[in-house]
Amino acid sequence: MTKPAVLTGEHFMTGDEAAAEGALAAGCRFFAGYPITPATEVAERIAERMPQVGGTFIQMEDEIAAMAAVVGASCAGVKSMTATSGPGFSLMMENLGLAVCTETPCVLVNVQRAGPSTGLPTQGAQGDMMQARWGSHGHYDLIALAPASPQECFHLTIEAFNLSETYRVPVLVMTDEIIGHLSERVVIPPAKAIKTVSRPRAKGRKDRFLPYKPGPRGVAPMAAAGEGYRIHVTGLTHDERGYPVMTVEAQAEMMDRIMGKIRNNREDIIRTEAYRLDDADFVLVSYGVSARTSLAAVDEARELGIRAGLLRLVTPWPFPEEKIRALAGRVKGFVTVEINLGQMHLEVERCAGGRAPAYLVGHPGGTIIPPESVVDMLKRISGRT
Amino acid sequence: MSKSAKGSHHPLDDLLRTDRIPHIWCPGCGIGTAFSACLMAMKASGIDLERTAMVSGIGCSGRGAGYVKLDSYHTTHGRAIPFATGMKLARPELNVVVFSGDGDLFAIGGNHFIHAARRNVDLTVVCVNNLNYGMTGGQVAATTPSGSKTTTTPVGNPEAPFNLPLLAFASGATYVSRWTILHSRELTESIEEGLVKKGFSFIEVLAPCPVNYGRRNRQRPMDTLRAYQEKSIIMNDADPTRLQIDFDRAIILGKFVDTERPTCVESYDRTCRPPMEPADEEKAA
Ligand SMILES: Cc1ncc(C[n+]2csc(CCOP(=O)(O)OP(=O)(O)O)c2C)c(N)n1
Ligand code: SF4
Ligand SMILES: [Mg+2]
Repeated sequence: MTKPAVLTGEHFMTGDEAAAEGALAAGCRFFAGYPITPATEVAERIAERMPQVGGTFIQMEDEIAAMAAVVGASCAGVKSMTATSGPGFSLMMENLGLAVCTETPCVLVNVQRAGPSTGLPTQGAQGDMMQARWGSHGHYDLIALAPASPQECFHLTIEAFNLSETYRVPVLVMTDEIIGHLSERVVIPPAKAIKTVSRPRAKGRKDRFLPYKPGPRGVAPMAAAGEGYRIHVTGLTHDERGYPVMTVEAQAEMMDRIMGKIRNNREDIIRTEAYRLDDADFVLVSYGVSARTSLAAVDEARELGIRAGLLRLVTPWPFPEEKIRALAGRVKGFVTVEINLGQMHLEVERCAGGRAPAYLVGHPGGTIIPPESVVDMLKRISGRT
Repeated sequence: MSKSAKGSHHPLDDLLRTDRIPHIWCPGCGIGTAFSACLMAMKASGIDLERTAMVSGIGCSGRGAGYVKLDSYHTTHGRAIPFATGMKLARPELNVVVFSGDGDLFAIGGNHFIHAARRNVDLTVVCVNNLNYGMTGGQVAATTPSGSKTTTTPVGNPEAPFNLPLLAFASGATYVSRWTILHSRELTESIEEGLVKKGFSFIEVLAPCPVNYGRRNRQRPMDTLRAYQEKSIIMNDADPTRLQIDFDRAIILGKFVDTERPTCVESYDRTCRPPMEPADEEKAA
């Protein structure tokens, strides 16, 4: 018996399971993975569900292979995903770069745990944020989303597919062990209420098709293997025909395209959420599970008479530079709250540009940041200790 | 050049990206012959070329995907097979051919090779074995004979090479053969067999790299071809454990494995997919 891809209704499920359901609801029909705590439950859920909805799950021999298979499946025209954590994320960097260079849509869920190396396999962290941005070699832009609840793991995984398909770019869902293993209420809407997007498709004369000629928004329509376009796809620097060209000019042109489609559409891509920000003197900047901590800290600080607010980064990448710059002109300080020793903090500091001081409430990983730590920082910098 | 070639038209022109010629391969290199055999086999096999993709890794051999006028994917070093696995599993109706080098498929990509063979992914894998890393200037490979000189084994290779057909057989490949570029008719027929056969097919092609391997091992292009002629013995169904390449004594060629077992996709469908209800079957029909 086949089962519906969208499990409309109210559920009690973990962030990992919700991400798996979000993928299926978004139209993902291929998943390749490799077991790793705390992301294994994504693969386990999909292993059971994917064949029910006509898709394919495969456990590959390692994460290098898993990411390669995801890119291959997407080139065959099927929405594809993988899920992993730190050590596997490192192994996926090579073919993440291939997806960037060949402009192949795909989604990678990283349920972060504390590193470096094997670190604390079963305990959460947000230490891969800069790796998400820069982990594969060369210069590039991509998109990362940070869900703060199982419900958001569902919605933002759908959003990740939609952005990935719209811009032909890999999209990272940067969750963490705490959200991944947290069980909460997840409401799955009716299938027809879920907006899904598919990549722009190749049209027109097959012998004249230029696979990398940008269309609307700077994104080229994509031909899948077997559609008769006989395209060539390479990780070498290539021109609009997809042919390798080893010149400085071709490199500049290609880079312009793969960076431009993200940079020129920042307004469409970037999502933030503001909480009590309008009159705030001190702005907490946070994302994922740490944004929940920060929310509580804002209210506590307000009770103490400190005008705090929260800017939540729903898309840590691309970073909302304009927002931070605008706030820097009128606030008394920024506090980045994250489970690492200062990663997105560097971006906040950079964009504040010295016009407002930037502080960090960080943690090396293994647990959440308690609201008290954030309140203590707010007391200190507002002179209320 | 085949006899049918007239003027500037080559019989494989419709399968070549002629706008990408000249190719990068050196004079005397064996990759071109292996590549032509692969294209001829594709034509002769009658497979639907509109639904055929070639996937390569990185290396001189890995440039194959760049010259074939089919959907073609030049991926990352060693990852052609897992990329092709994703492609095949996502769209089982595609014919997926992997064309790549020995270093790509058996050193950095060795783990992927054995697992794809074990799963019996329905791929045709053509490996150009030139006994070294040609593209990067002639370093030792997992296929370099013991004692041979390369840029990273300047006084001779202290390690032993893989016996590729044995590795393929032991890993579960359902079709395994070895030819040299001198045996182009047998090679073409063998690739054709691999293409039409369901399951994981592996064809090893011995090909000279005169520029990087031959030069350091006192083999001029003709010497390598002469060795292929003089030392090769065709022995179909030979015991895979006896297929170690030995240029001093014998290089055994032929078809060594040709068996049947369910492919990766067939097993997945049978094992994991829920049985269809009559209503579903009607819809599917
Ligand atoms: C991850 C990675 N490591 C190393 C290289 C450099 N590299 C390019 S081709 C190659 C070896 C290719 O050897 P083989 O597959 O035998 O191909 P050939 O050139 O001999 O045909 C290497 C090591 C690379 N491109 N990527
Ligand atoms: S370096 Fe060797 S393998 Fe590469 S093209 Fe030249 S002869 Fe062929
Ligand atoms: Mg080689």
